Amino acid sequence: MTREKTDFWVGLFILLGLIALVFLALRAGNMSSFSFAPTYRVQAHFDNVGGLKVRAPVKSSGVVVGRVASIGFDNQRFQATVAVDLEKQYQFPTDTSASILTSGLLGEQYVGLTPGGEDKNLADGGTIEFTQSAVVLEDLISKFLYNSAEKEGSATAQPAAPAAGAAH
Amino acid sequence: MNALSRRIAALGHGFVAMLTGLGAFARLFTAILARSGILWRRPRLTAQQVHFIGNHSLLIIGVSGLFVGFVLGLQGYYTLNRYGSEEALGLLVALSLTRELGPVVTALLFAGRAGTSLTAEIGLMKAGEQLSAMEVMAVDPIRRVLTPRFWGGVIAMPVLAAVFSMVGILGGWFVGVVLIGIDPGAFWSQMQGGVDVVSDVLNGVIKSLVFGVVVTLIALYQGWTALPTPEGVSRATTRTVVSGALAVLGLDFLLTALMFAH
Repeated sequence: MTREKTDFWVGLFILLGLIALVFLALRAGNMSSFSFAPTYRVQAHFDNVGGLKVRAPVKSSGVVVGRVASIGFDNQRFQATVAVDLEKQYQFPTDTSASILTSGLLGEQYVGLTPGGEDKNLADGGTIEFTQSAVVLEDLISKFLYNSAEKEGSATAQPAAPAAGAAH
Repeated sequence: MNALSRRIAALGHGFVAMLTGLGAFARLFTAILARSGILWRRPRLTAQQVHFIGNHSLLIIGVSGLFVGFVLGLQGYYTLNRYGSEEALGLLVALSLTRELGPVVTALLFAGRAGTSLTAEIGLMKAGEQLSAMEVMAVDPIRRVLTPRFWGGVIAMPVLAAVFSMVGILGGWFVGVVLIGIDPGAFWSQMQGGVDVVSDVLNGVIKSLVFGVVVTLIALYQGWTALPTPEGVSRATTRTVVSGALAVLGLDFLLTALMFAH
């Protein structure tokens, strides 16, 4: 085989590898959802972040407006600190509230933002004051069981009380 | 007592032989790295090896990737269907291919397809005293023969692994979407939602690069240290596949523990 022919096939081989990598990054991976728009960082404190992960989306009205940058624990407040990068083109009032929500029943968790009514907007390094923690399924179930047990207890206790009164 | 001391001596001999082998392996590695200048001085030598190792392995890699993707699609559908989440099939196929199967299966096939031919080639060069003849002519055989083959393998391996993963995902798509009828939008969006470019795709590429270095080096080492007899070359070729496959699987466990343990 001549030199030029070998070079051609090797070039084609490398090109095929690059195409495969681009395919993996764009078609299979989340490269296309990477945004290089300028962002500003805002913090929020949560009692419980549940299963929230770094790079989880931050949504407002269902639209992705940013990503979770880091999750840490604040040892002064004994709360989780979540830093989020919001895109500069989206501005939110200072009394915006953040809550950790789940998409679908078993889907991934994300941070939902509900805008408030203040005139001033959140700036870089600002803090979201109003937060709502993730719903933990175990808490929900135990609350439900506790409630229904209480209801059942009072339902059986009530007919018994007048009967006891009539005996006297 | 005599039998016992002989056993202990045999153990010690085995240990020393293992250490010597490891040392020779590491020395060959550093010797190849030290002579890597030939990569720039005579790039065509390496290009020829990329052509020989890479292009000629494309067919087996492509066909294997396609069938692994088919099987992943069928088996994944079978399990996911029980939980009513067939749409996650795309995610399952893409994650298992980019993280594990792409690099590992490619490296195993690579050891069988390219590694053996490297070992046999160098072993026969040694048996035919071509390497000694080169040295007599003041041509460094490590620089002229081993180094281009090493870099050829290291360049070809990640490319082959990426092709394997891509073809496998397309195979999974074919079985899931075209044959079974999963919604294509959900198939791709679930995949894109769950596959991270850095932690999944890039780590897979790093894995395949490491496997490329290890498998190619084992193949070259086995050929380089083969006994210059027909039997010696055949044994060296077998050892390339066995120790190459074991090294890949062992390293894969280590790399997975390092990369994906959060």
